[in-house]
Amino acid sequence: MSAGERRVRVAIVNYGVGNLRSIYRALEIAGASPVITREIVALERADAIVLPGVGAYVAAMRFINSIRDKFINILLEKPVLGICLGMQLLFEGSEEGGFVRGLGLLKGYVTRLPANVKLPHMGWNHVRIIKEHSHLISGLPKKTFMYFAHSYAPPVNDSYTVAITEYGRPFPSIIESGNLFGMQFHPEKSGRHGRILLANFVRLVREEHAKNTL
Amino acid sequence: MVLAKRIIPCLDVKDGKVVKGISFKNLRLAGDPAELASLYERQGADEIVFLDITASIEGRKAMIDVIKRTADVLSIPLTVGGGIRSLSDIEELLSSGADKVSINTAAVLNPSLIREASEIFGSQCIVVAIDAKRKQAYEWEVYIYGGTRPTGLNAVKWAMKVEELGAGELLVTSIDADGTKRGYDLDLLRRIAMSVNIPLIASGGAGSPHHIYQALTIGGADAALAASIFHYGEYTIGSIKKYLVERGIPIRLTGEDVVDRA
Repeated sequence: MSAGERRVRVAIVNYGVGNLRSIYRALEIAGASPVITREIVALERADAIVLPGVGAYVAAMRFINSIRDKFINILLEKPVLGICLGMQLLFEGSEEGGFVRGLGLLKGYVTRLPANVKLPHMGWNHVRIIKEHSHLISGLPKKTFMYFAHSYAPPVNDSYTVAITEYGRPFPSIIESGNLFGMQFHPEKSGRHGRILLANFVRLVREEHAKNTL
Repeated sequence: MVLAKRIIPCLDVKDGKVVKGISFKNLRLAGDPAELASLYERQGADEIVFLDITASIEGRKAMIDVIKRTADVLSIPLTVGGGIRSLSDIEELLSSGADKVSINTAAVLNPSLIREASEIFGSQCIVVAIDAKRKQAYEWEVYIYGGTRPTGLNAVKWAMKVEELGAGELLVTSIDADGTKRGYDLDLLRRIAMSVNIPLIASGGAGSPHHIYQALTIGGADAALAASIFHYGEYTIGSIKKYLVERGIPIRLTGEDVVDRA
């Protein structure tokens, strides 16, 4: 980033109670200017949206549904990063809390991981990259440990799956589809490699922003 | 691919400073929690636990400040326990930068707190801490108020109960073993590991890498928590992880996993 360039504005959507401080701080370190908000105006003004990994599916969708159409329009026009629960919200719905309808921007339903493993899936597990050309993963080893804390996950689908993790069943741990990005683990809690991913995302946002202001 | 076993240093914090209790008594001063947590992350710690042993209101405020400062520099998960009584206590800790909270006494006094907290914040951030003392050969009793008050509850049955209430993880401390450095109570760990289907963190008694190895194998634990063996420089986290890897335990080695890019 040159001296004259402004930091890109990343809005972290405040739809649930939890630790938003760590993702805020991690985005700041990654070179962005983050803001935690649930105001439409602030979301519209942002260069990118982060759907954070806090709270429950039903609670997050309750907020999102109160502004659903406007919210979806915002997500269609700028880079979006969903983390953990935030990634799951991008899908058609989830089993968590009965059945809850999601944003429906990606095909498929989020289901509970099998009962033959301890749940939540808690701790450091391998993330194996299967799609090398994603810009999100540049500088990342082909296989690396990331920090997970979840019991539900979306299905694997060739169209958006960039990396896979196995726990009870395989699930997509990094996804990319157009302007939509997602990570089932917590990059802000995954040490150095998590920081690389967030820096890559912020760089993508900056490139996108530069393109749009030409 | 397999989930790595975790090594978790625990810092006892009083009035914003690190201390270590020997059998929950005789506190010794040892430094700044944020600095120590950061040092442990660089050594390869998989998570950090802060246990707040402060009673005063000023001490609680100092703890919130410590959590914020720590969360701002840490890029691994942080769990905070000690003195949590209500949903608003949990909310304050999480919004200050804790990823998980560990609930002990309040879980016994008010079990519905576990259910409500796991519904609102998600099971993955609710850890229930169980302090257990051996009563007879294969029976342990749950103690509360920092290990000072017996409850009459059977520790294995209590573990199953809190799983049902929505706890996402158990942190089981043997009061008998804590501070002795003679090893974890493996019988206690194994009984609980066999009875629940949520992750188990072993605590109390670690004096050597071999003790940690035992907890993760014989004890069936998913993570091993220790304090004094790290604080006083007897072993680094890296040296313990190396010991475990050599014995076939799945462990996250920091730096090493960069090598295998195809």
